[in-house]
Amino acid sequence: MVDITSSQLSGPQGPKPRKALSRRNILLYGTLFVVTVYYALPLYVMIVTSLKGMPEIRLGNIFSPPVEVTFEPWVKAWAQACTGLTCDGLSTGFWNSVRITIPSVILSIVIASVNGYALANWKFKGADAFFTILIFGAFIPYQVMLYPIVIMLREIGLYGSLTGLVIVHTIFGMPILTLLFRNYFTSLPEELFKAARVDGAGFWGIYFRIMVPMSLPIFTVAMILQVTGIWNDFLFGVVYTRPESYPMTVSLNNIVNSTQGVKEYNVNMAATIITGLVPLTIYFVSGKLFVRGIAAGAVKG
Amino acid sequence: MADARPSQLFRNKSAKIAAIPMIVTALFVFVGGTAWTIVYSFTKSGLLPRLKWVGLDQYERLWSTKRWIVSIENLMIYGLSMLVLVFVIGFILAALIDQKIRFENTIRTVILYPYALSFVVTGLVWQWILNPEFGIESIVRSWGWESFAFDPLYNADIAIFGVLIAGLWQGSGLVMVLMLAGLRGIDQEVWKAARVDGIPAWKTYIFIVIPMMRPVFITTLVLVVTGIVKIYDLIVAQTGGGPGISTEVPAKYVYDMMFQANNLGQGFAASTMMLLTVALVVIPWAFLEFGGSKKRG
Repeated sequence: MVDITSSQLSGPQGPKPRKALSRRNILLYGTLFVVTVYYALPLYVMIVTSLKGMPEIRLGNIFSPPVEVTFEPWVKAWAQACTGLTCDGLSTGFWNSVRITIPSVILSIVIASVNGYALANWKFKGADAFFTILIFGAFIPYQVMLYPIVIMLREIGLYGSLTGLVIVHTIFGMPILTLLFRNYFTSLPEELFKAARVDGAGFWGIYFRIMVPMSLPIFTVAMILQVTGIWNDFLFGVVYTRPESYPMTVSLNNIVNSTQGVKEYNVNMAATIITGLVPLTIYFVSGKLFVRGIAAGAVKG
Repeated sequence: MADARPSQLFRNKSAKIAAIPMIVTALFVFVGGTAWTIVYSFTKSGLLPRLKWVGLDQYERLWSTKRWIVSIENLMIYGLSMLVLVFVIGFILAALIDQKIRFENTIRTVILYPYALSFVVTGLVWQWILNPEFGIESIVRSWGWESFAFDPLYNADIAIFGVLIAGLWQGSGLVMVLMLAGLRGIDQEVWKAARVDGIPAWKTYIFIVIPMMRPVFITTLVLVVTGIVKIYDLIVAQTGGGPGISTEVPAKYVYDMMFQANNLGQGFAASTMMLLTVALVVIPWAFLEFGGSKKRG
């Protein structure tokens, strides 16, 4: 810890040469190694288990690599695993999730970005009051609003449909996304906006020709945030859809925790990893942007 | 914003139209929905919401229900342990990573990836790892320690800690990232000064750096607490509330009452209690953060 500053202390002798294998380094890297292994282990166990046959699982331990690699559990999890009612695997849930996620992400980002733009550049009287309510609303436990939304959706005839669920995701994505876009648009130089105004551009003209092209990174961050959030949602899926349109997380839970039949742990783990694949891919590909998304989520309020 | 001003209402028209979804959500869903639930928590709603007043009956019944008491106890145990451990682990990891180490990106990536996974996936993986027949227990036993027992998910007394392990695995990466951002925001001069004064590193952390990171700690606290109160999917996936009712939580109580037991009134009362819990944390925080001088909207 002392070394942090040693290179910056300008002394006559310069930075002290350090041994690579000092006691401190061994301790530091040793700890970090153990920690890293601990965090990585569940992913490893998932993959390993999903590639084994059931006889091998019953004999061996969960950490040992598969002796005989088989992809059958993956095929079964995708197409045949039983959710209690039907036996068509995760595929239905996967496509439901796709049908839920894509429109939800687009709709919520469009609405929140336009809204954030209005709040940043076209503030009207009372706008901040609504925005404050919106931000505080983000802290209200969803359970409080579950039933009123059921009634609202029933009134407009969308309860149980995918459209209804898309609206719910748009509503609950609004606080964080609006905040994200408002803060970003506020940070852009105001002269740009003023110059465009002088040139006669209106609300939409400035939005489409200046704000959107300048804000591609923040749109990407919002997309990452929403895709993972909506893909991982369980509560709204189970409350606002019918069994035939359950999202993937719900069908996964139904497959693994169904009480009928013999437990096929390899199929269960294959199903689990398939469900985690989309957010994991996004995470590993997007890297820093993902971190930026959650950091933005952290400065709520 | 300079604009033509024919009438107050139509001034800035496009912006107002753009804000309609926000206004509707804020007023109807957040304020309206919350008020509606609170009002109906004082009624005798069963299968359908009915405005038949029963005063505080639902709350009395709630607090005399064994399952609700267990839920609250679990939330307390889980919440407090989670809070302490997630902060300790998150901060120590951040401090270790902040030592100008090599492979920083790899290590950070590995620690944070569980956060990208859903609670359902998290719960199911840990259900598998903690399975006494195949998981950790059987492995340690196969090493020769025959009496080794570690079956948190099958032992009602400690089942909630089995959930805690999974919750920590999933959530500590987030705290680590936030703490790391906080540590990086500390001026290096502080470290220099502490070093010149001969203060050991651990003391510098506890007495200088952590107090300086107060804002980061508070935001993280609010985030973690609101997350803890909402805990639902993890329980459903990992234990289903069992064994028995030993891992029940309030959010699950609400769902089961509303959508399975046809007992809406209980659901409303329970969710109002959840709201109260969050309010106890968020309102003091809001005062600290925004009260006094109005810094931001």
